[in-house]
Amino acid sequence: MNYLAFSAPLSALVLAPFLQSVINRTKATLAGRQGQPLLQPYHDLWKLLRKGAVYSSVTTVIFRLGPTVSLATGIMALFLLPLGGFPAPLAFAGDFLLLAYLLGLGRFFTVLAALDTGSSFEGMGASREVLFSSLAEPALLLALATLCRLTDASSLSAMLAGVNQDLWLGTLPALLIVICTLGVVLLAENCRIPVDDPTTHLELTMIHEVMVLDHSGPDLAFNNYGATLKLWVFSAILAGLVMPLWQALGLPPWLAFGAGMLTVAIAIGVTESVMARLRMDRVPKLLLSASLLATLALFLQQR
Amino acid sequence: MLVIFLAGLACLLLAGMSALVIGKRLRLATWVAVVGVIAGSTLSLVAALQILLGQPAVSARFTWSMPLGNLVIGIDGLSAFFLLPISALSALGAIYGTGYFASHGTSKSSGLPWACYLGLVASMAVVVTAQNALLFILAWETMTLASFFLVIFEHRKTAVRQAGWIYLVATHCGTAFLLVMFLLLGKHAGSLDFDQLAAATPLTGQLAGLLFVFAVIGFGTKAGFIPLHVWLPEAHPVAPSHVSALMSGVMIKTGIYGLIRTLGFLGAPEAWWGILLLGIGLSSGILGVLFALAQHDLKRLLAYHSVENIGIITLGLGAGVLGVALDSAPLAVLGFAGCLWHVLNHALFKGLLFLAAGSVIHATGSAEIDRSGGLSKTMPWTATCFLVGALAISGLPPLNGFASEFLIYYSSLAADLRSTVLDNTLLVIIMGGLALIGGLAAACFTKAFGMVFLGLPRDRLPGVPHEAPFSMLAPMGVLAVSCLAVGLLAPLLLNVLALPVLVCVGGTIEMVSLTLGIVRQPLAAITVTSAVLLSLIGALLFWRQRMLARRVVNSAVTWDCGYDRPSARMQYSGSSFAAPLIKLFGFVLGSRTEYSPITGLFPAASHLATHTPDLYQERLYRPLFMSIARLLKQVRRLQHGKLQVYVLYIVISLLALLLWEMR
Repeated sequence: MNYLAFSAPLSALVLAPFLQSVINRTKATLAGRQGQPLLQPYHDLWKLLRKGAVYSSVTTVIFRLGPTVSLATGIMALFLLPLGGFPAPLAFAGDFLLLAYLLGLGRFFTVLAALDTGSSFEGMGASREVLFSSLAEPALLLALATLCRLTDASSLSAMLAGVNQDLWLGTLPALLIVICTLGVVLLAENCRIPVDDPTTHLELTMIHEVMVLDHSGPDLAFNNYGATLKLWVFSAILAGLVMPLWQALGLPPWLAFGAGMLTVAIAIGVTESVMARLRMDRVPKLLLSASLLATLALFLQQR
Repeated sequence: MLVIFLAGLACLLLAGMSALVIGKRLRLATWVAVVGVIAGSTLSLVAALQILLGQPAVSARFTWSMPLGNLVIGIDGLSAFFLLPISALSALGAIYGTGYFASHGTSKSSGLPWACYLGLVASMAVVVTAQNALLFILAWETMTLASFFLVIFEHRKTAVRQAGWIYLVATHCGTAFLLVMFLLLGKHAGSLDFDQLAAATPLTGQLAGLLFVFAVIGFGTKAGFIPLHVWLPEAHPVAPSHVSALMSGVMIKTGIYGLIRTLGFLGAPEAWWGILLLGIGLSSGILGVLFALAQHDLKRLLAYHSVENIGIITLGLGAGVLGVALDSAPLAVLGFAGCLWHVLNHALFKGLLFLAAGSVIHATGSAEIDRSGGLSKTMPWTATCFLVGALAISGLPPLNGFASEFLIYYSSLAADLRSTVLDNTLLVIIMGGLALIGGLAAACFTKAFGMVFLGLPRDRLPGVPHEAPFSMLAPMGVLAVSCLAVGLLAPLLLNVLALPVLVCVGGTIEMVSLTLGIVRQPLAAITVTSAVLLSLIGALLFWRQRMLARRVVNSAVTWDCGYDRPSARMQYSGSSFAAPLIKLFGFVLGSRTEYSPITGLFPAASHLATHTPDLYQERLYRPLFMSIARLLKQVRRLQHGKLQVYVLYIVISLLALLLWEMR
């Protein structure tokens, strides 16, 4: 076994909160604020890990299991994820299906933990979460299936290794559509504007944040860290797709990947700064059009 | 081999008869029946496993006085594979049912229900091993009638009788198509023996196509293809829970078995057969889960999920048929393998879910999702079992549902169809369709589990919630462990699939094993990931426990934004949880809302009710059967009880025949 392969998940475990910082800093800069320190997410996690916890008397073991399972699935997802030229420690044909379903498992438990509290707010968040995620799922898998066909590969590592400058030149329209679709899926799955606002102050309008209202201490840390890892997973796939553009400027693969990650994070920050949140009933339309776009890309990819 | 199986069959029949005779002595009848089922199932399980592990297929031929062929019964790979869930689930269901028939019986005898149960098990075993069309149809009808009598077990209730009638009529309409199909096939081949049907000269394209459509309608009615599914959501909820488990878990799969078997008689399939099956699979899958989401009754929800899972199975079947038609070995082998494996998996997790739902109803006296809540505190084991079933049916790793869905997904990725358009269409149907079905199923089962077992009770329930007795928990435990085991041992179980798939696709066993081999490494990697995931969850839980051990851990009320009088009635209910999805897909569901709006400054009590009837029954079958009834009312004028007019009819017909003869 190639031990170097484990550098990808390990560096992701360390760097994932930093991605959050870049997004926050971008948003702050665009809004003319100074923004929080770049290491703030790490401080937050550390603070939460040292605290005690408060549990609602209604909750059962499911509530305590939720954050742990969602963190564990996030960590496992990292092991399926290639990073800047390094293939993933676990790469096999069809691994992207496992990746999608692992994240689904994490979501299942997050939703159950929310329902375990018996709170109507958390029920509301859970209801919206399952609505949006069930519509995002086809878009994600169709986009990845298109990528399979584009690169003649069926594992995530081989797919992203197959994305190079030739592919960009040869199949530009299909690739652009895939990037758009995955971008929409990223925003929806990670509760970013225009689907969900992670910084809103009103429980009624939240989706993901309201589901974790009752978590505290290490549980909340697990949950937040899990969410950060999930954001990293989606960003890394997108970064792998835009990497060849940076490589064209002469950057080595790992640096090009880093630049790709920054590109994605800044793009998320810019999107969040310039857009308002969509009305709730508009979001399904956005996600359905993402699925349709992915279908279009699939039919466009005939080479 | 066959002797073992026939001995098992004899056990079942003998125990059934004995239970009927000694029905008045409740305990003894129950004992005889349960021991009979377990013995019979074990024997047929042994026979099936021997075949699956490499023993040659066996069959025995007896002469009987029926025309066109002999009484042939035998086990090949496909039969053996279907015998696995039939044997396993019927034995577990019987153990579960020991308490049920005694405590819920309306009559003094528990002999008749047990006899029907054993008859159902035996007839299912014969259906999948019969190798003569006449024997097949006889077993098929026995199966239908036995299950009909079990469905109307609580026949004092009008709703139960109504559901029973719908089941009886629907399934016989389906059987009519099967009769015509087998007669046409038999006429062509000159015999009704399956080996003769398969060896006959190929049918012409049009006739084969017509017979294929007949088979889809006939077997699809049993399996529950939309729009032929109408009996499922009626019959499953009213039947005793272990009977629902058996019917939903394995009986409807005999429709899939029949369809696969019939494909072997129709010669080389055409591409449109596969596409038709893919379309049926997609629509059954998506509509099934959407209707399930809209249900308020736990068992009705599960019944619609059977439609959904039959959809997933049919997606695999369609992929397989398309692969055979277009000569793509990976698509054919993996499609059929995914289809068959999902048959087994669905039997495990749907059986588990129906049994767990039965425990809930047994304990609380209600199956209404919106009234229940918080049951995991009083019924922790049932809750754990239901959770395992819910994860498995949502296709989540590390449970068994993911493995079979992975195979179906992978079949579309590995397909090397030479037509790009077809290739892309297949990808869109399978990738997009299965992903949507999976996402919606997760939504539906977070609703089912979350509303029934989590939170607080939403209403006062008829019964006092308590954990189910051991005789009910043990079968659920076995099924839950099997779900996990089949998920984790997926790479090994691939070997078992080679023989049944060979029956479906033809060719050589080497080719099938080789093609199945391409998913061995991915499945092994999935098992590794699952094992690491489980240990990681364990490690994280341990770490968390250590962290919290020496800190302040408090208990408080659920955060409700400062509102100081939270009540259980303020919780989100199952209906409100599913409402956004129901609204979004309202155009295919046709949900109705009754709402009396709040008026005035001091509003009186108001009410809101949502109801999602089965669209096909309301819009298609009810009008159809109404107009048939109107038409037949005209015929009723001939029947009025006046004897002299009847004599006149006889005279007229005799005269007419005489004239016809003298013509």
